[in-house]
Amino acid sequence: MLKLFEVTTAELSADQVIARLADPGNGAVVTFVGVVRDNTDGRPVLYLEYEAYPEMAEEMLRQIGAEVQQRWESIRQVAIVHRVGRLGIGEASVVIALSAAHRPEMFDALHYAIDRLKEIVPIWKKEVWSDGSEWRSEK
Amino acid sequence: MKVRVRLFAALREAAGMAQMEVELPSQARVQDLMDSLALQYPALRSQLDFVRAAVNRQYVSPTAGLRDGDEVALVPPVCGG
Repeated sequence: MLKLFEVTTAELSADQVIARLADPGNGAVVTFVGVVRDNTDGRPVLYLEYEAYPEMAEEMLRQIGAEVQQRWESIRQVAIVHRVGRLGIGEASVVIALSAAHRPEMFDALHYAIDRLKEIVPIWKKEVWSDGSEWRSEK
Repeated sequence: MKVRVRLFAALREAAGMAQMEVELPSQARVQDLMDSLALQYPALRSQLDFVRAAVNRQYVSPTAGLRDGDEVALVPPVCGG
């Protein structure tokens, strides 16, 4: 059975994460997909290396799901899947999917989830350029 | 007592290892561990200032006590997503 909160090395598919929420009571699903960009502040990026503290990262993803459902009672399910390892330009690094019977609170809840992920989940990314590399920090 | 320290990202690269066993006095707190590492590994000192400690996969304050067998992760500023 697929996990709702997962850190994986496998390629991500938004459809596959949405499928984890399948429930006939759902009237809407919102998703966020983080994608590797080809530059930072104009500097060309070759690829990113993502690293995680996997056991704790999955626990923090689960915690974010619980926080979302506590704060927005209309959210029925939350799934957050983050990929680690070497990711190329255009590849998805994270997919967050939320389901509800109706849509009103979903966008706020999704926004909260990605902001919170960037705040507490023990995952790091290293940017690699043609002339060096750097571990990023969230600005 | 002995704790297992886990290092990640830039800290892992600077230390040249992903984990280490550290011996500490029995009443040691997280801050004591950090001070001990800063002394033992001067190359890590500047990065240790920005690290958040997680004991057994929960974030803790520097005053949190440690017990034999704890896993202490040194979490540099996170950057997921």
